[in-house]
Amino acid sequence: MSWTRPQMAERLGRELQDGWIVNLGVGMPTLVCDVNLGDREVTFHAENGVIGFGPVAAPGQEDVNLVDASRRHVTLNPGAAIVDHVDSFALIRGGRIDVTVLGSYEAAANGDFANWRVKGAKGGVIGGAMDLAACAKRVFLMLEHRMRDGTPRLLARCTLPVTARGVVTLVVTELGLFAPTGEAFKVHDLAPGVTIDDVRAATACPVTE
Amino acid sequence: MARRSKVFADFDAAVAGIPDGATIAFGGFALPGMPLNLTAALLRQGARRLTCIGNTTGGAHKPRNPDIGMLVENGQVAKVICSFTAAPRASDQLPFTPFYERGEVEAEIVPQGTLAERLRAAGAGIPAFYTPTAVGTELAEGRETRIINGREVLLEYALHADVALLRAWRADAAGNLRFRRAQRNFAPAMALAAKLVIVEVEEPVLPAGAIDADDVHVPGILVHRLVVIPPAPDGLWPSLPARKEAAS
Repeated sequence: MSWTRPQMAERLGRELQDGWIVNLGVGMPTLVCDVNLGDREVTFHAENGVIGFGPVAAPGQEDVNLVDASRRHVTLNPGAAIVDHVDSFALIRGGRIDVTVLGSYEAAANGDFANWRVKGAKGGVIGGAMDLAACAKRVFLMLEHRMRDGTPRLLARCTLPVTARGVVTLVVTELGLFAPTGEAFKVHDLAPGVTIDDVRAATACPVTE
Repeated sequence: MARRSKVFADFDAAVAGIPDGATIAFGGFALPGMPLNLTAALLRQGARRLTCIGNTTGGAHKPRNPDIGMLVENGQVAKVICSFTAAPRASDQLPFTPFYERGEVEAEIVPQGTLAERLRAAGAGIPAFYTPTAVGTELAEGRETRIINGREVLLEYALHADVALLRAWRADAAGNLRFRRAQRNFAPAMALAAKLVIVEVEEPVLPAGAIDADDVHVPGILVHRLVVIPPAPDGLWPSLPARKEAAS
């Protein structure tokens, strides 16, 4: 057994605190938008300056000029504001983002992560990830525990070029929720039916309880 | 009071005279704010050896729109300065990528916030600044860092442009601009950074004063040329992506 992607998002969603400003990366992290947070209220911030966006627009209700950083046609919640890129990244570098949730290729026990260039590629996909990683108060990663060929993505040290060093707070995979502690990943939660030995078998560095 | 008109009759007239070797900043983040018509005019105009600044070279999504990637395919580009030089999804490929891999076009990859701030700095008379972004990464290798207030920060230089191509919702005759929703993105920073600012506008140009001074996003003193976008098919307008659900 393991978590589905919406369940991974759901598990990370439980870590979001009332009042937080939350930035979601492209791909899997956008699932966090759909998590029911109960009576907790968070504000979603997108790199393109949309602050306080809501759910994806219903078919036929999309505004061609209103997208989030993943190009999704979102809506605006009451109280939303729109700023330009300079101010949007001023909010990021200025430490106003409580957490950024990013996808990643690799996560390391020393808190480094790598999500901008795959092996052998000449180009890269940085977008806003380096600004967010360096400056958000917390960095949550959402990724598959292993690559398709079984190679672990949770490692002692990254093998790919890093996005930022020593910044990762929490990592959620289909197997559980983990925190890097320097030399190991500490288990915060396990998906139903997953044992710590399952995690150890899928991880390239020590895993602690 | 006589005011020299900033309104140009068509896109070709507005981009005439952009020389070979120019550095051009392209507004837009995803579709909102992309200067589709001015980019199409630049493709016809044919200036070469351009340096193109934009969030991405574009082209990972269908339908294809005029973008930096098309200028690359048209042999007009020497260098791009972008926050993406590959497609966000590994399964996609940017039209730009094979040209880059063959070494036909140079690329400088810049974190998105650093890109915006370098443009702003250029227009703000700030020659360089320090930022925590990209410290400890490959991008910082061999470059100047300092410890300021106990934190390592990286020196970044202002990024100047000869020309900015932008798309706005409204303009008045004074060149004041107003954007809708996420159209604004890089436009204010690029308008500051560029010597010549050319804007395609979605609505007919309003008389000076029709945009309240409090509501102006980019002041007209930064804007040189305006072109009103004609209705489709003569003008290019962003469209919503095709629905995934098949009609049953």
